[in-house]
Amino acid sequence: MSSSSSARSAPVASPTTGNSPGGPPRKRLAGSLYRLAMLLGPWILVIALWYGLRYSGLFKPNLIPTPVAVAERFWQLLVDGNLLLHAYMSTQRVFLGVILGTACAVPVGFLLGWYRGLRRFMDPLINFFRALPPIALIPLVIVYFGIGETAKVVILFYAAFFASVIVMYEGISQISPLYIRVARTLGATDYEIFLRVIIPLAVPHSLTALRVALGVAWATLVASELVAAQQGLGAVIQEASAYFQLDTIYMGIICIGFIALVMDIALRALSQRLLSWQERHH
Amino acid sequence: MSNGNERIVFDHVSKVFDTENGPLQVVDDVSFGVSDGEFVALVGPSGCGKTTMLNMVAGFMHPSDGTVTLDGEPIVGPSADRGMMFQDYGVFPWLSVEDNIAFGLKLKANRVAAERRRQIVDHYVELMGLGDFRKAFPKTLSGGMRQRLALARAYAVEPDFLLMDEPFGALDAQTRTSMQDLLLGVMGEVKKTVMLITHSVEEALYLASKILVISARPSRIRRVIDVPFGYPRTEALRDSSEFSELRGEVREMVMREYAAQEDQARSNRRKQVGQAQ
Ligand SMILES: Nc1ncnc2c1ncn2[C@@H]1O[C@H](COP(=O)(O)OP(=O)(O)OP(=O)(O)O)[C@@H](O)[C@H]1O
Ligand SMILES: [Mg+2]
Repeated sequence: MSSSSSARSAPVASPTTGNSPGGPPRKRLAGSLYRLAMLLGPWILVIALWYGLRYSGLFKPNLIPTPVAVAERFWQLLVDGNLLLHAYMSTQRVFLGVILGTACAVPVGFLLGWYRGLRRFMDPLINFFRALPPIALIPLVIVYFGIGETAKVVILFYAAFFASVIVMYEGISQISPLYIRVARTLGATDYEIFLRVIIPLAVPHSLTALRVALGVAWATLVASELVAAQQGLGAVIQEASAYFQLDTIYMGIICIGFIALVMDIALRALSQRLLSWQERHH
Repeated sequence: MSNGNERIVFDHVSKVFDTENGPLQVVDDVSFGVSDGEFVALVGPSGCGKTTMLNMVAGFMHPSDGTVTLDGEPIVGPSADRGMMFQDYGVFPWLSVEDNIAFGLKLKANRVAAERRRQIVDHYVELMGLGDFRKAFPKTLSGGMRQRLALARAYAVEPDFLLMDEPFGALDAQTRTSMQDLLLGVMGEVKKTVMLITHSVEEALYLASKILVISARPSRIRRVIDVPFGYPRTEALRDSSEFSELRGEVREMVMREYAAQEDQARSNRRKQVGQAQ
């Protein structure tokens, strides 16, 4: 929170926004073309690399399906293969795991960030549990929670909680005591300080925790759907791997990536609106 | 020591910090009083304990020995009657300019009706020249504007006392001068009892009615200077011969203390080296 370096940084426009809407039409066109290229460029690059790899002769052709084959499979499953249902089931599990995980991680992380003694005490434990790969817990989860929906959500909860609790308490422990002192000299009580100073300062960290949890949960999804899932993108991938349907596996992975990406973009847009007061240094 | 209208009184105050290298005496048997409406400047070498003394008035720290009292009562903690301006401003980055000013007015300690709150905010936005920025977040303000915002926020809750810790230290010379004039102007409108820490003798003389020259650590009051100029003061004062004469005198006095601090640091180093061998 350095306040000195920033005063002049705000009005500097980034190159993408350099063309004002009122500019000449040629320039405006160039601007939108530039934006389009920035948006599509990375994906075109990936697809080009994909084709390159496919026809490079490094792998047997049947080990790398072409993007077109994957797209065809996508269309086929979308039309008659319940792809939407699978995506919906996975999204629902991720959502539940993340919401419950962050809902617990925010207050716990808050307490750990606020009370140094508690943090010192709990730190090794948290790092211990965080280091365990959720996939290793599957047998235990099955023993205690069975093989239903609960088991899958528990695994995602676990992953989301331990990833986000650390983000939260690191953030809270770095809140500057200056603002609390200022509030005190203005007559604030402990409760008012919590409400009007600590909570606003905790919002950015909560949102970051949510984003981290979402990323980790999608990354853990396939593992969680190892537990006897009939539906879900992870289940689709596993079933396809049993039959060596590489195009379906690719499609499933890409679907997971895209849904995770869209969610992250949405969350980022939300934080930018909520946190327009923050100074960004770049 | 205490006379009738002294409101803040330091009575044989000492402060010792526990540090890794053992106890460190920062304030040593300091006694002085601040009367109602007085503007007291504390000048002294870096690390001599000025901030520590101000923190004891604010209620963030407590004396190891002696008492700091406000109207006869020992100071136990911070409160809205003692506004403080911090060296790095401490404007709330998540609140707009007007919400920063209104912050204190929404607290239970000094709550006012919404209509009245708007009037007060309007008044200070105007007074501090922040009109174009009232909806802006602090990230878009310059250093001088942040300082004015912090002053407005402190003033809005109408504290009796204003405690200022090198408030203009980070500003450029131009902005600094105009902030000093702004402060004097605001003081002319609503009189406050002020304690101000500064390293600038010029600033102390221009603003204060009384200057305390603090010695090198452990700090004592080396000299008390009654500034003979009345209020209101204008820029013309800086050019007067009395002003520059007094400035020379005080500067010399302060320089001696700064030099003493240096000597002390050097002899401490020598002592440490001696111990090490
Ligand atoms: N909480 C603390 N614990 C230990 N030592 C402290 C503490 N606060 C201040 N000190 C020490 O007390 C001394 C005086 O500090 P103080 O901040 O009051 O100095 P100052 O006169 O305000 O200096 P400056 O002009 O540089 O701001 C310093 O040597 C500092 O290291
Ligand atoms: Mg200081």
